Amino acid sequence: MISFEMPVPIANMRNNVLQTIAESMMRSVSRHFDTHEHEIPWDYINFMHTATSSMGSSMAGEGADEEKKEKKEKRPSIAYQQLAVIAEMLSWGDVGLYLCTPGGMLGSAAVQATGTPEQKKRFLARFRGKKPVFDAMAMTEAHCGSDTSAIRTRAVLDEKTNEWVLNGEKIFVTAGHKALVDSEGFIVVWATIDPEAGRAGMRPFVVEAGTPGVSVTNMEHKLGIRASDTVTVVMQDCRIPFDNILGKPTVEEKTTKGFKGAMATFDATRPLVAASALGLARAAFERIKELLAEHGVEIRYGLPLQKLTGIERDIIQMEIQLRSAWLITLKAVWMADNRIHNPKEASMSKLRGGDVVTRITQKAVELLGPLGYTQDYLLEKWFRDAKINDLYEGTGQINRLIVARNILGYRGSQLR
Amino acid sequence: MYSFEPSEEQQMLIGVIQGYAKDALRPAAHDAEEEGELPMDLVERGWGEIGILQASVPGDYGGFGDRSAVTGVLAAEELAWGDLALSLGLMTPNLFVVPILLVGTEEQKKTYIPPVIEGDWQPYTAALMEPTFDFDPMDLGTKAVEDGGEYVLNGDKAYVPFADQAKAVIVYANLDGQTQGFIVPAETKGLVVGERQKLLGINALPVFSVKLDNLRIPKDNRLGGPDGHEFAPILDASRVAQASMALGVSRAAYEYSMEYAKDRDVFGVKVAQKQAIAFMLAEMATEIESIRLLTWEAAWMLDNDIEDASKQAYLAQFGAAEMAMMVTDRAVQILGGHGYIREHPVELWMRNGRGFSTFAGIGLI
Repeated sequence: MISFEMPVPIANMRNNVLQTIAESMMRSVSRHFDTHEHEIPWDYINFMHTATSSMGSSMAGEGADEEKKEKKEKRPSIAYQQLAVIAEMLSWGDVGLYLCTPGGMLGSAAVQATGTPEQKKRFLARFRGKKPVFDAMAMTEAHCGSDTSAIRTRAVLDEKTNEWVLNGEKIFVTAGHKALVDSEGFIVVWATIDPEAGRAGMRPFVVEAGTPGVSVTNMEHKLGIRASDTVTVVMQDCRIPFDNILGKPTVEEKTTKGFKGAMATFDATRPLVAASALGLARAAFERIKELLAEHGVEIRYGLPLQKLTGIERDIIQMEIQLRSAWLITLKAVWMADNRIHNPKEASMSKLRGGDVVTRITQKAVELLGPLGYTQDYLLEKWFRDAKINDLYEGTGQINRLIVARNILGYRGSQLR
Repeated sequence: MYSFEPSEEQQMLIGVIQGYAKDALRPAAHDAEEEGELPMDLVERGWGEIGILQASVPGDYGGFGDRSAVTGVLAAEELAWGDLALSLGLMTPNLFVVPILLVGTEEQKKTYIPPVIEGDWQPYTAALMEPTFDFDPMDLGTKAVEDGGEYVLNGDKAYVPFADQAKAVIVYANLDGQTQGFIVPAETKGLVVGERQKLLGINALPVFSVKLDNLRIPKDNRLGGPDGHEFAPILDASRVAQASMALGVSRAAYEYSMEYAKDRDVFGVKVAQKQAIAFMLAEMATEIESIRLLTWEAAWMLDNDIEDASKQAYLAQFGAAEMAMMVTDRAVQILGGHGYIREHPVELWMRNGRGFSTFAGIGLI
């Protein structure tokens, strides 16, 4: 039975806790952390650490807990739906700060998607400790981004010590500094155990903070999301325990399970990135409507299209884009919660989210005329923050490629 | 709890309509458009076999179900996937029954609905649109004034399906700034049916201009009784219906162009293997899926009396109109020169798709 009713626990969290956090802990310091790049928002982080422990709602905790609960109560999970609402609401507050939320993000998502129950326990327990902890995902290398199967970071098994030895350099690691330097966190590093094997050789490895041989060598200066650190991580003879490999340690004939693990991770994370994008889009949309109303521009909903003014058309189109993109995102996480295979919907939500947030924030700056371009308003910041959503976790183009392969029934070799 | 899955009953209905749309409507669409002739045998068949309208009217008024906008949009998408003009023809009696069901008095429901839905398909219709560039359903040019215990209607109407044979028409007019419906039997003096109109698309559906020339109608025939009715529920129902039919047309065009692209050879591969084409298809699929959810949500909000449902229905209609143009235009583009040839259906879908920004009140669920 089709229903668009937000589950009550999610609605309660959203309208009370999250709204307050977004307004009082995030919006209020948005500009500060935009102009003070690389300054760490500890007040927000510490607050969120306490808050999320009590809400039990992060990528690290909720998934595993929900799975147990689900078995007991035999009801479908709402964990991803909840994460999507959290991502949307906190990104409405400030997307740069949202990316600084402790307690498990993309690294944990990879552990959730590809780890054994023991590994989930071992790596994710740290998020429930006294201090805030971060994780990160390290995939991109200087020579390859979207073409993830071309990675060169190497993992070799030292059979004498039963350790993996990692060598390579990863760039664009979101929150990598917080995961490795500022907290006792970990990063999930994608490396190859057999360069000849291509995709079949790809495996994710958990590299914990404090491991000898891993270091953060560079922090990027970015167009937006400046509160969030984006770093380069170098591994030089970095030794990690054998059990830190997520998935099978050997390359089997013609299996691309490792690569598929990465893709399964994306199926879970892409709708959450879309949700984050749409929180930001909603912030810009609501603000521009407010500002227009202050200047006497009311939107006459219900009027036939040919009678609308240009501004009215723009605003209405923004609203259609925003709402429809949110609904496809919601469908993608709903599918994930109900264990329905969702790569098409995950990529649809991501490409739509990336498009929509970019367009809405661009329009918002435009519609406010000379005021929109100034730093007197957050609109210009949001315009800068927005673009990353069409780039990370798969560019708009990669997601188009995935959707296209899915609808056409083509393999990678048929549609390159 | 969220759910994006139609109920089992709805899935069965969808299945039945899909069969009808595929086997009956789609093969007949081309000739019906070219000849400007609605194949009435197919309309009769759809009326009898599927009985969508009958299933949304309660037993008290001769039907066998309850109206649900969600079920309605699911059904209308499938029908329009077959052919828009033919489905509008099949659904023409809805224009008469649904408003009475939504806002009519108990007596009006008992009097007017059973004769329409018990038995064969019959031409009952409604007149809302007007032939002016600034037409606005909430601000009609057709005026109704009270005069000696009757209403007198004057004005020009357009896009009235089956006006020439209609047994009764709901005529919408501006009464003191409000859009109000009046139930007008065909033989009423002053109801002057004009020329059949030729349109950009949906030419199988016979639509007419109609003149209201000092048409006098008893007070009892005012929809909703002496105090009249709200117009929003009718407009909302029309909006989600149009949005869902835009989805059907768009999906048809998307699927057809995708199959074509998978079959067409170019530079040693299929043209669908070129990113320029594959990405267009990916965007079309994403657009359709997003707008479908927006439409479902609007219908669900209407069914559940959620605040802002009217606005959502408006957004769905607006979004669907743009989607239809985006998708059908691309479908023609993907077929290249062949898309422009009337042998392929995509050019018709493009013509029909353009209508959704214009149509008001000619589809109701």
